[in-house]
Amino acid sequence: MTITLTPGDWLALCQHLASLSLLAVGGAITTAPDMHRYLVGQQGWLTDAQFTSSIAISQAAPGPNVLFVALLGWNLGLNAGGGPAAGWPAWGLALMGVALSLVAIMLPSSVLTYTATRWAHRNRELRSVRAFKTGMAPIVIALLIATGWLLSATHNQPARDWRLWLLTAVSIVLVWRTRIHLLWLIGTGALLGALGWV
Amino acid sequence: MPPRQPTAPHADSGPLVPRSRSDLFLSFTWLALQGFGGVLAIVQRELVEKKRWLTREQFLEDWAVAQIMPGPNVVNLSLMIGDRFFGLSGALAALAGMLAAPLCLVLLMAALYGSVADTAAAQGALRGMGAVAAGLVTATGIKLIAALDKNALGLATCIALAALTFVAIALLRWPLIWVLLGIGGVACLWAYRVLGRQPEPRS
Repeated sequence: MTITLTPGDWLALCQHLASLSLLAVGGAITTAPDMHRYLVGQQGWLTDAQFTSSIAISQAAPGPNVLFVALLGWNLGLNAGGGPAAGWPAWGLALMGVALSLVAIMLPSSVLTYTATRWAHRNRELRSVRAFKTGMAPIVIALLIATGWLLSATHNQPARDWRLWLLTAVSIVLVWRTRIHLLWLIGTGALLGALGWV
Repeated sequence: MPPRQPTAPHADSGPLVPRSRSDLFLSFTWLALQGFGGVLAIVQRELVEKKRWLTREQFLEDWAVAQIMPGPNVVNLSLMIGDRFFGLSGALAALAGMLAAPLCLVLLMAALYGSVADTAAAQGALRGMGAVAAGLVTATGIKLIAALDKNALGLATCIALAALTFVAIALLRWPLIWVLLGIGGVACLWAYRVLGRQPEPRS
């Protein structure tokens, strides 16, 4: 896919991502549907397959899942440069896409968070600040457990998926009760999956 | 955070601190590179249990703030933890550690993706890693329940609030923002009342 991006288009991209940054309560991934609407649907800058594979790769890779936005910028730059076959100009634009999209998605929320948490830290003895932390603690714990539940619930056919559930259950017990290194668990999961056992 | 004695299993020593900004950078790089399917479980294991830069309670408080502020949660958490030790430069060091190496890796994977995406082994490996990642994040939540012992709301109330939240998110699939504002708002107001009645809840 080849597209043409003017400086104004790049600016529009940054504006879109920057405004989503401030809406991304609950993580960057919650804004993915709106990015899809804008980049694939409205502007036609990315194909559906590019969008989906960007999310899949960033989920498979280690690190924060906000990196899927970097991959969207990467594909956007490649498209604007005429595709991977066009060589260095395309790779250069792809790197520019990575830099611009990451800065745009992170800068507004980071400045806000940094300022707000400094304020909260300076005023940590305030009753309202203590009430916030006290009240949110049980909610946050429930969110963690719910995330694990939701990740497992995408596999919902007991006859086929019981082995995946067993693997999840064994991981829970091992992480909870032992000090085994987490990389061993991830590696074992990858190996069992690659061999087709789960 | 108010100065506070760490609890078991850290009873033998006070909370430790990173030696330098490079220590912060390298530690965050190392934990980001372990974070398949989410970095949070790794942050808890490395920074609370191994390095002891934070107590369980401090981690919970920071994570609550990182969660409710807009932006990527782990990015917010890196900024907050880095800032706690070295101010703005510490925040940037932690953030750079969290992003730099994983970014290079993810770009490399994107460049190589086409050749393996369709093989059954690659898809199976992803599925297996996903199942383990679900276990890691669940176990992190279970371990943090112990931190609720010191919560001013009382353990029973905390468990009831947590159960409500779980049902709303996992079973009813309500949007996160409404759960945070609704159940979270009620919990904070309740905590405000309780803290007003007992000015020294952590005796």
